[in-house]
Amino acid sequence: MADTAPEITPELIAEHGLTDEEYARLLDIMGRPPTITELGIFSVMWSEHCSYKSSKRWLKTLPTEAPWVIQGPGENAGVIDIGGGQAAIFKIESHNHPSYIEPYQGAATGVGGILRDVFTMGARPIANMNALRFGSPDNTRTRHLVAGVVGGIGGYGNCIGVPTVGGETEFHPAYDGNILVNAMTVGLAPTDRIFYSAAAGIGNPVVYVGSKTGRDGIHGATMASAEFGEDSEEKRPTVQVGDPFTEKLLLEACLELMATDAIVAIQDMGAAGLTSSSVEMSSKGGVGIELDLDRVPRRETGMSAYEIMLSESQERMLMVLKPGREDEARRIFEKWELDFAVIGSITDTGRLTVRREGGIEADIPVDPLVAAAPEYDRPWVATPKRPAIDPAALEPVPDTRTALATLMACPQLASRRWIWEQYDHLVGGQTIQRPGGDAAVVAIDDILGDGGRALAITTDCTPRYCVADPVEGGKQAVAEAWRNLTAVGAKPLAVTNNLNFGNPERPEIMGQLAGCVQGMGEACRALDFPVVSGNVSLYNETNGSAILPTPVIGGVGLIEDWRTSPRTALTRAGDTLILIGETTGWLGASLYLREIAGREEGAAPPIDLAAERRNGDLLRALIGDGLVSACHDLSDGGLLVAAAEMALAGTVGVTLQAPPGDLAPHAWYFGEDQARYLIATDRPEQLLDRANSAGVPAMVFGKTVAGRALTLSGGDPISLTQLSEAHEGWLPAYMTQRDKG
Amino acid sequence: MKAAVIVFPGTNRERDIADALTLAVGAPPLRVWHGDADMPKVDLIVVPGGFAYGDYLRSGAMAAHSPIMREVVARAKQGVAVLGVCNGFQILTEAGLLPGVLMRNAALKFICRDVHLAVESSQTIFTNRYDAGQVIQVPVAHFDGNYFADDDTVARLEGEGRVAFRYCTPDGAVSSEGNPNGSIRNIAGIYNETKTILGMMPHPENAIRAAQGGEDGKGLFEGLTAALA
Repeated sequence: MADTAPEITPELIAEHGLTDEEYARLLDIMGRPPTITELGIFSVMWSEHCSYKSSKRWLKTLPTEAPWVIQGPGENAGVIDIGGGQAAIFKIESHNHPSYIEPYQGAATGVGGILRDVFTMGARPIANMNALRFGSPDNTRTRHLVAGVVGGIGGYGNCIGVPTVGGETEFHPAYDGNILVNAMTVGLAPTDRIFYSAAAGIGNPVVYVGSKTGRDGIHGATMASAEFGEDSEEKRPTVQVGDPFTEKLLLEACLELMATDAIVAIQDMGAAGLTSSSVEMSSKGGVGIELDLDRVPRRETGMSAYEIMLSESQERMLMVLKPGREDEARRIFEKWELDFAVIGSITDTGRLTVRREGGIEADIPVDPLVAAAPEYDRPWVATPKRPAIDPAALEPVPDTRTALATLMACPQLASRRWIWEQYDHLVGGQTIQRPGGDAAVVAIDDILGDGGRALAITTDCTPRYCVADPVEGGKQAVAEAWRNLTAVGAKPLAVTNNLNFGNPERPEIMGQLAGCVQGMGEACRALDFPVVSGNVSLYNETNGSAILPTPVIGGVGLIEDWRTSPRTALTRAGDTLILIGETTGWLGASLYLREIAGREEGAAPPIDLAAERRNGDLLRALIGDGLVSACHDLSDGGLLVAAAEMALAGTVGVTLQAPPGDLAPHAWYFGEDQARYLIATDRPEQLLDRANSAGVPAMVFGKTVAGRALTLSGGDPISLTQLSEAHEGWLPAYMTQRDKG
Repeated sequence: MKAAVIVFPGTNRERDIADALTLAVGAPPLRVWHGDADMPKVDLIVVPGGFAYGDYLRSGAMAAHSPIMREVVARAKQGVAVLGVCNGFQILTEAGLLPGVLMRNAALKFICRDVHLAVESSQTIFTNRYDAGQVIQVPVAHFDGNYFADDDTVARLEGEGRVAFRYCTPDGAVSSEGNPNGSIRNIAGIYNETKTILGMMPHPENAIRAAQGGEDGKGLFEGLTAALA
């Protein structure tokens, strides 16, 4: 062992985030005190970020199988069969903690990491998505964080040339100290050329490719597994720096090598870098792995084994090659001007053996390191049920017109154009539906050909429902993703999830996680919408104050012919607007209640999964039969907001009918009952007949008219031009304001 | 028409350009790798969009000094038609084939959206499928698209009819309202003296199919195919 090795003191153990019990377990596995390098390896492998020790018990309850699932959770990304010999490979991942500390680089490397997860499996990435949560617009840090995160996401995706086609952004004071940056990538690969991470073949070379290793990002995974305190600024050096140009080279070089049959296994070096990639590859393959760190390409001198093993330098990959294929592979990586080094080999010892400058710096049995990783059944308490809100008991605060104008310009609903115009959402030429609709639509058949197949992609979560009722909120996140895919005519196929919560050591936070996962599982089962990949981000709290529970769903669906895929925009006068689904006027936990009445309370809307499925399946059939000229799912702000959004996106106006007699106007217009869609059609009778036969509630809500006005029954027209100015104006105005003081 | 698309390691719209050329010509173009020593004889050379060598210095600055660009400059001087789009336009200015520079957008942000362009003349190999004064809709996607040249250069470009496209409003008004990036005199694309070289920031190759949101860009590739057949 190295002479200069520091003593393993209790302080050092605590700094590495290991509990006494975990350290005792380490000693049991090793049979001796660890070296500093070994301590570092245990520390990152057993961190929450890498081991999922608090969430694993719950994640196991999620449905992960369907006939079209090729690979569920546990690999770099999930894989589904989309027919035609093609697979869609996708995953969502968080980069929350680094993005708060250094928003541009944190978000950029989040995009870089998720891209690597997808192309590691042999897929060419075709689309990026994201789900962002920021603190209150009134918080002085928010503007800086929005600008940095959006710049970082754009900077990375735009350069590598993968279109960023959509996402969601929310503001709430609960995220003041912990923003959420969840990035998703979707790629395409032939079903017979998918690459996995299980190492195999005793004696096979272990190859390092990509960027050189530096001292950046050491202990990023550990940072992401702890709360922030007053010292979060001091954690800046744990954030990595992204280089999208190198990633582009790595992408092209990997895909070029993948076209040969030289690769046995491949894994990207993400969180915990060389440690997690070598441990996971050998663990999955049931083999040992020997690494000679002297051969690792380094960009700094004097790096210790500890630093090399824990570095989170970006744009790196670890591969196991077939014997004798090194030169062929080396030529490809040299063509792309990337480092290529054989740094070790696969062994039959079952151990991770790390050498540096002649000495052995780590020698750990892989199986116990992985299998004995702590798994906690943390205590939890169910979130207390909130009372339902009786619409009749609510003062009908301002008139409907004013409420609509306020909502359309509020931070939650204002246009996100300022954000997505900074993302190249068109590169590749296959983008059919751009950001701003219910789901992004990206063609998978060549845009020049006669084929019409496309993927629909969406990211969704309504944290104000999740905090009100984790079970219903978990269901709703899944149901809304399913609904958004359905609204563009896609058959929803599978999801990836990103579970963002506070400190799991607090029973009420664990209760949120348990509830949300339970709800998600129920919805995924009922909708045949399995979870194929995901990521968990805990400890999103600062000084004891947690974020809202935010279990984000990234959904993917298949469109058979993009020519029939409806948009939200109303572009033809004379169509009839029809509301699909049942309206009871549910105002609990609604946006109206929060923004207009100033109350964040009440029970979240219940999710009827049978109705969800029935309504969505009918809509998809109607779209397939060409009966739907525009479509929008109902979510934040309810019916009237949906109608306004459809009109604003389009070129005509709408005239709406009076509410049914038994509902207060604010409940009818702004209630957030679920499983609903607003559609436009030129064949209303036929459509209503179809709904009637399917047992789906449907009613005429209004019609489209020439001109640019939204007219409520018995009211003066509301200028869509003025509404648009307010709706489009908020975010640009906010971002150009100077901080007060 | 035989076309070659130059591919730098960080080029990312080569497939988009290849699609547009394939649609117009009926056969895919050649792709020429930046490290390749020589290029076959072609009628058109396209330098597509992207981030050629990462563009960490100045957009297009390094690419302009690459071996393949020396060959492109030599061919261009022999009269071979050259089209540079976005990063390709930046590279052509850095290589001295076109005057002026592309600065950071006035709003200091990357911008990706549809813009409207007024076609100045229909009398070139690039624009013969359009009418003079026609307004077309195509997207932009760039951070450094703010065209600038000194007054004399701008006067010469305008005097010699070398402005190819100007940013405008949907109804054709060449005003600041229609200018997405602060370009001087709303200039979106320019020609060399002989009008055999066109550099432009917008992406006609991303507007070749209705499903993409419009197909106004198609005419440029059809026009080239007709002129160079």
